[in-house]
Amino acid sequence: MRESATVLEPSPLTPELEKRGVVVFLELLINALVAGLLLGGFFAALSIGLSICFGLLDTVNIAHPTLIVAAAFCTFILNSTFGIDPILAGIIITPIFFGLGWLIYSAYYQFFEKTSAEALRGLAFFFGLLFITEVVLIMVFGVDHRLVEARYIGESISAVIGGLEFSVPYRLLTAFVVASAMTLGLHLYFERTFFGRAARAVHQDMMALSLMGVDPVYIKRMAFAIGLSTCGLAGALMIIIIPVEPAVGRLFIGNVFAIVVLGGLGSISGTLVAAFILGIAVSIVSTFFGPSWAPAVSFGILLGVLAFKPTGLFGVGDTR
Amino acid sequence: MTRIMKYRVRVMLLAGLFAVAFMLTSVTAPVAQAQNKDPIKIGFSMALTGALAGGGKQSLVAMQIWQDDINKKGGILGRQVELVFYDDQTNPKNVPGIYSKLLDVDKVDFVVSGYGTNLIAPAMPVVIDRDIVFMGLFGMNNNHKWNYEKYFQILPAGPSPAVGFSGSWFEAIKAFKPKTIALLAADAEFAQNLKEGAVENAKAMGLEIVYNQNYPPNTSDFTPIVRAVNSKKPDIFYIASYPNGSSGLVRAIAEVGTDAKAVGGGMVGLQYAGLMSGLGPNLNGFLNYDFFVPEPTMNLYPGASNLIERYQKKVKAENLKVDELGYYLVPWAYAYVDILGQAVNAVGKIDHEAIAEYLHKTKFTTVVGDVQFGENGEWTESKTLAVQYQGIKNNDLDQFTKAGTRKIMFPADIKTGEVKPFNELR
Repeated sequence: MRESATVLEPSPLTPELEKRGVVVFLELLINALVAGLLLGGFFAALSIGLSICFGLLDTVNIAHPTLIVAAAFCTFILNSTFGIDPILAGIIITPIFFGLGWLIYSAYYQFFEKTSAEALRGLAFFFGLLFITEVVLIMVFGVDHRLVEARYIGESISAVIGGLEFSVPYRLLTAFVVASAMTLGLHLYFERTFFGRAARAVHQDMMALSLMGVDPVYIKRMAFAIGLSTCGLAGALMIIIIPVEPAVGRLFIGNVFAIVVLGGLGSISGTLVAAFILGIAVSIVSTFFGPSWAPAVSFGILLGVLAFKPTGLFGVGDTR
Repeated sequence: MTRIMKYRVRVMLLAGLFAVAFMLTSVTAPVAQAQNKDPIKIGFSMALTGALAGGGKQSLVAMQIWQDDINKKGGILGRQVELVFYDDQTNPKNVPGIYSKLLDVDKVDFVVSGYGTNLIAPAMPVVIDRDIVFMGLFGMNNNHKWNYEKYFQILPAGPSPAVGFSGSWFEAIKAFKPKTIALLAADAEFAQNLKEGAVENAKAMGLEIVYNQNYPPNTSDFTPIVRAVNSKKPDIFYIASYPNGSSGLVRAIAEVGTDAKAVGGGMVGLQYAGLMSGLGPNLNGFLNYDFFVPEPTMNLYPGASNLIERYQKKVKAENLKVDELGYYLVPWAYAYVDILGQAVNAVGKIDHEAIAEYLHKTKFTTVVGDVQFGENGEWTESKTLAVQYQGIKNNDLDQFTKAGTRKIMFPADIKTGEVKPFNELR
C-alpha cells in the first residue's frame, strides 16, 4: 500500500530539483561566509583605533567614528581634486591624524586626566569633540553624501569552484586586506616592541611602569596618537564602502564599541576576531533570516559572550 | 483765596490727569499698531544634518526664496513673513520638543512640517493637540491613522499615497509581464508605508511575492541581501530605501548582479546631485520614482523650471553647501508654504478653522501646477513619475541636467522613452 501511494503521489522535489536546491543553499552559505569575513575586515578597521584608545588606555573616545568620517572627507578631497587612489589617500593623511591624536590626548590629559576628572567630564569632552567635528564638516563640505571613484569600486571577481559560483566585490576585498594588514601590524607592534609592552603595561599598572623609569603619560599620548592615526585608513575604507555625510559616524558608534568589548578590552587581535564574528553573523543572518534580524543577533552574541566571559573573548580583565 | 487756591489745584490735577492719559494713549497706540505689523512667524523643524539633510537643506533654501518673494509682494495679511526653524538632525526624537518650543516659546503663527515622513509623524500629535493647520512636506501616508482634518500634504502621490506613490512604477513594469516580485524596505516609517502600498499594487497585478524583508539603517554591506533576493529569482525587485541604503544597494547590485527585469521603485537619494554623480554609470537600468526631471515633456509643473533655475543661481552665487541641482525638493518646498500663504491671505485673518476649510475647497495655482487637496489632506490625483536611468557615461554631474539620463516611463502621455530590461542597460 505504501509503495503504491508513493508511486501515485510522487514528491514534487525531483532529484534534479533537490540537487539544485542544495547547490543554491551551499552557494548562499559560502558567499555569506566570505562576505561576512570581508565585512568583518571593514568593522575591524573602524574598531581597531578605539580598541587602543578605549581598551588599552581607558579613554572613552566616543568621537572616534566621527573622526573616521573626517578622514573619509579628507580622502574625498584628495580623490576628487587630485585623482589619488582612496587607499593611498588614506596613507597620506595618516600622519595628520597621528598629530591630531597627539594634540587631543595632550588636551585631555592636561584638563581631565591630570586632575582625575576623566570619568564623566572626559566623556563630555569627547562628546564635545564629536559635535565640533560634525559642525566643522558640515560648514566645510555641506551635508550631501560623498563618494569616491576607484577602479575596484562597483566591480567584483567571480569564480566557479566545484560547481559552486562565488563572487567577491573588490571594494570589500580591499577593505579586508588593508584592515587585516593594519590590525596584524599593530598587533605585532604592540606585542613585540618595548613601546608596545609599555603601552600594555600602562593598562595594567601605571605605577609599576613609573617605577621602571618609563613616563606613562608619554606612552599614553603616543599610544592614543597611534590609535587615532588608524582613522586615516579607516576613513578611506569607509568612503569606499558607503557614501559619507558628516553625521554618518553615529550609525557605527554602537557597533565599534560592541566589537571592542566583545574582543576583550586591550586585545588588538581580539578586536579583529570579534569583528570577523560580527561580520559573519550579520552576513549569515541577512542571507537566511532577513537583514532586520542582524542587529539583534549581533548584540545577542555580545550579551551571550559577556554572560559567560565578562572580560570579552580575549580580555584578561583589570589587573590593577 | 483759599477757595481760589483749591480750585486752581483741582484744575491743575485734572489737567495733569489729562496729560498723563494723553501720554499713555500716545505711547500705547503705536505699540498696538506695531504689534499688528509684527512679522507672521512660520515655524518648522528641518533635517539640516543627518541622513536626510541633503533634502532638508535644499528645502530650506527653497522656503527662503519663497520668503523673499512673498515679502516683496507685501507679505501675508500685510505683514512680513519670518521663518523660525530648528535642525531636527533627521532624528524623530527631536521633533516633538521642537514643535512645542515653536508654539509655546517662539509663539509662531503657523507651523509647517520638516522634510520627510519619519520627521512628520512625531509632529502630528503635538499639532493635533493644538488643533492648528499643518502643511506637510513629502509625508507618506502620515494622516492615514489620524484622519486629521487640518493636515495638508504636498507629495503628489494621490488620495491613497501608499498605493499611488508606487502606482506609476507598477504601470511601467507591466511591459515585462512579470509573475514574481521581491520587496526590500528600510526599517523606517516612510519605507514601510511605501512597501505596504507596493504589496497592494503587486497583489492587484497578481504577482507572487517571493521575498519580503526589511533592512536596518546601519547596514554597510548589501551583497548578502542581494544574493538572497537573487536566489528567489524574482522577475522584478522593488526597493524602498533611504539614501545610505540606496547607494549601498546600487553598488551591491553592480557587484553581484541580478536577473530581475526591473529594479528600484522607491529609492530615496538617487535624485540627490551628490549621489547621482557619485554612483554614475552604476545607476543605468534602475527604474525609480521621481517628481521633476529635465525631460522635454516635463510640463506637469510649469513654474518649477524657472524656480529651479533661480535656486541653482542662488546656490552658486552664495556658495551654499547644498544640492547643486535642486530638482527633487525645491518646487515642492516652495509650493507648500506658498499654498499656506495664499490661503491665509484669502481668508484675511489667522483663523485655523477657516483656513483649513479654505484649503479643502480651493484649487491652488502654484509652481508645481494646480494643487487640490482631498478629504484626508492628500492630493486628489497622483503625479508621481516612473523614470529609468539610461545612457549615463561617467560621474559628471552636468549630464544629469540634460534630457536623456532619466527618461520618463510613466505617465504614458509624457513618456520620453521605452522601459528596458535592467540588464540591457548595464
